[in-house]
Amino acid sequence: MDLVLQLLFTGVGIGAVYALVALGFVLIFRATNVVNFAQGEFSMVAAYLMVVFAVDLGWPYWLSFLLALAGMALLGVIFNLGVYYPLRHRSFLPVIIATIGASILMANSVLAIYGPQPQVLQGWFETPGIQLGPVYLDSQYLLIIAVTIVMVIFNYWFFERTMLGKKLQATSQDKEMASLLGISVSTMIMITFIYSAVLGGLAGILVAPVLFVSIQMGSTIALKAFAATIIGGFGDVAGAIIGGLALGVIETFGAAYVSVPYKDGFAFLVLVLFLIFRPQGIFGERVAEKA
Amino acid sequence: MSAPSDNMTMTALPRAKPLLLRHLPYFIAAAILVALAATMRFDGYILNVLMQATTFAIAVFGLSVVLGLCGQINLAQAAFFGFGAYAVGIGTTDLHLSYWLCLVAGCVLALGAGAFLGMSTLRLGGHYLAMVTISFQQIVTLVMINAIGLTHGPDGVSNIGRPDLFQTAQGYLAFCVAMLAIIGYFVWHLPDTRLGRAMRAVRDNELAAGVSGIDVFRTKVYAFALCAALGGLAGGLFAGGFAYVSPDQFSFAESIVFLTMSLLGGVASPIGSAIGTGLLILIPEWLRFLKSVPGLYLAIYGLFVILIIRYMPDGIWGFIGVALDRWRSRIKAPAAAAPLLLKPASVGGDIVLEVTGLSKHFGGLKAVDGVDIAVKRGGVHALIGPNGSGKTTTLNVLSGLYKATSGKIVLDGTDITTMPPHRRTAAGLGRTFQNIRLFRSMTALENVEIGAERPGNTLIGQGGDAALTERAMEALTFVGLGSRANELISSFSYGHQRLIEIARALAANPTLLLLDEPAAGLNSTEKLELHELLKRIAAQGLTILIIDHDMTLVSEAAQHITVLNFGRRIADGESMAVLRHPDVVSAYLGSE
Repeated sequence: MDLVLQLLFTGVGIGAVYALVALGFVLIFRATNVVNFAQGEFSMVAAYLMVVFAVDLGWPYWLSFLLALAGMALLGVIFNLGVYYPLRHRSFLPVIIATIGASILMANSVLAIYGPQPQVLQGWFETPGIQLGPVYLDSQYLLIIAVTIVMVIFNYWFFERTMLGKKLQATSQDKEMASLLGISVSTMIMITFIYSAVLGGLAGILVAPVLFVSIQMGSTIALKAFAATIIGGFGDVAGAIIGGLALGVIETFGAAYVSVPYKDGFAFLVLVLFLIFRPQGIFGERVAEKA
Repeated sequence: MSAPSDNMTMTALPRAKPLLLRHLPYFIAAAILVALAATMRFDGYILNVLMQATTFAIAVFGLSVVLGLCGQINLAQAAFFGFGAYAVGIGTTDLHLSYWLCLVAGCVLALGAGAFLGMSTLRLGGHYLAMVTISFQQIVTLVMINAIGLTHGPDGVSNIGRPDLFQTAQGYLAFCVAMLAIIGYFVWHLPDTRLGRAMRAVRDNELAAGVSGIDVFRTKVYAFALCAALGGLAGGLFAGGFAYVSPDQFSFAESIVFLTMSLLGGVASPIGSAIGTGLLILIPEWLRFLKSVPGLYLAIYGLFVILIIRYMPDGIWGFIGVALDRWRSRIKAPAAAAPLLLKPASVGGDIVLEVTGLSKHFGGLKAVDGVDIAVKRGGVHALIGPNGSGKTTTLNVLSGLYKATSGKIVLDGTDITTMPPHRRTAAGLGRTFQNIRLFRSMTALENVEIGAERPGNTLIGQGGDAALTERAMEALTFVGLGSRANELISSFSYGHQRLIEIARALAANPTLLLLDEPAAGLNSTEKLELHELLKRIAAQGLTILIIDHDMTLVSEAAQHITVLNFGRRIADGESMAVLRHPDVVSAYLGSE
């Protein structure tokens, strides 16, 4: 029972990271109808930026954190201008191929610059964790869960309660109508990319002390996050969060009770089961085409 | 324009030389290549490069089928390649099986895996397929590394056997080149086969493909499984060539390499695949210094993908393909030998379409609510109603794009209520769309040929190419566009595109033709022509169910009118009486 609680805690912590990245997926999907296959690479790049600032240059953690997020915002701008924006009038296939190209480019550029050795990033807190009854609460996992909760609330407030959030929603639902109402669609799309790059980067920085900082971390996280969005219901914000948490828990239990080397395979298994039996996900509407 | 002799029958049409004879140059060139591969003296390095290029090209052919022809993505081609390679590797070493058996087993394994992945994902949008194939790729890599008992893990499998017939490296290379030539031939001609046309139709417009009688899902699964099988075959050949395989040769990075090869050369054609593969194997060999920095080389691939997609979406071969298309469009199509014949089937009774209690609800909205329609055989029946009255929804339920919430649809004695669109088309339904849905990358003739190919069309004989072309030319001539048959859709005006859509439906020889606002967006001359066309169609006994706003057209063309308002039927009967019906007048003009 103690082990179960411990695994549940770890699973929720990992799941919270998937949920954050999944949130980035969903935002871009809703704004542009495009799945950004480089979303995971945003996390990876941010983690490496942290390594550069906080470890290599030895700058304070908080400063490195802010600089890394600023770097992600810049990357979001470059990504939008270089990858998405020139292709915005093309069909979805060229766009996703371009984002896949961008993901390969980012991952391997970092590899070329930094080499294949995984890097280590310290956690935010000095204290490694606290013992609560039978369960050991790792401080980094606590931080991840807390930040995810804050981001979910912020997300809700931002999209439902602010004018900018409303404009972003309007753009994602009907670009032509939005532009007729005087909303600058290109600015809104730019903001969406910046926001999701920062969100992905945040997830990467949070998870970096738990995993190693490596080239593969981006694609691993992205696959789980994508599986999470399908499990939750594609394009649904609540679904992405629930799906991410569920996947983190399933995976942690799978690794503990079934097999460690195939840990990364469980997400795929769950994904295929959902695709076959419930493609609309937990919360989604039935997937249907419009005539 | 008319043929010199009207007595010419269909069988006497000037038939081109037999296909194999026309393609003799290809086989001669292939034979020369095979002979060169077998006899020229290569050093080991050149031999390896050639072996790699040959086997990779076959895998990239697979991508040209799934991505180029069918418009579906596959990011796991290296995994399927690995299936073939490991089948030959493990089979010939640990299991001591015959090379040939292993090669076939590898193809079958890849085919099965491809079909399974396709069937679980291809009903959904394309991004699902992309993610699922990436995930599958990762799983396969995990298994290759961790299932040490089966795959020898990271060490890989060595001392892989070759067939007795091709024991020498050069002999084996010649065998691979021969396989490449044969597969290349089939992939080259696939677009002009029934399956290939279906794939292109699905790529261009899934909805239109469905209502033209194509089973969209099955076509996609075939394309995906075929791609996987070619990957498996290529992998099997690769394993025999290099005698050693290890997991890193079949990683996600390799899938991206295959994708880049396909995109660079031109995704739509096997020639493009060959060019792309050749370049991307040779260029890295020339730029070997790039490989000294890990990652740099793949980073450049990633950049290539972005740049190709942006600046050269059709690849290198695309430039040549465009020129070929322009040249082809100048060729006049052979004039139709006979006027278009419409022979609508008539199995059922006097009523060709009987709709009873049809409803379609979207959540709480009752878009169509308990509508009855009886369309009499022969003549024109119109379905009218103000905006938002449920006309187009009714049509979409009739043609199967929406599932009916309740009610029953009987077409010529067959209950089609639960059938998917392509089976309704096979049962004799034809339709056009309000917002024109043609296959944009194809010529007018090819568009109409796809219509003519409808399963159950009795007027195309065995469905051979000549009969299809003849039928399609008749239909295009019928709508007055016969002389422009070989032009691409984009070169036609809006009104002409509408006529091509009607020709596509007519070529199928349907039992009932559904026209969704055919007059929308037409100018007054075009409307007159449309009216004439409808008369000529009706004169041949084909029943038409038309939706339109143009009251002049409706009142002149239709003998029978059904009126909908707020999803319910408010009037039904002979045209003039219905149009004077007080409920109809108030629905259109408002009442005091």
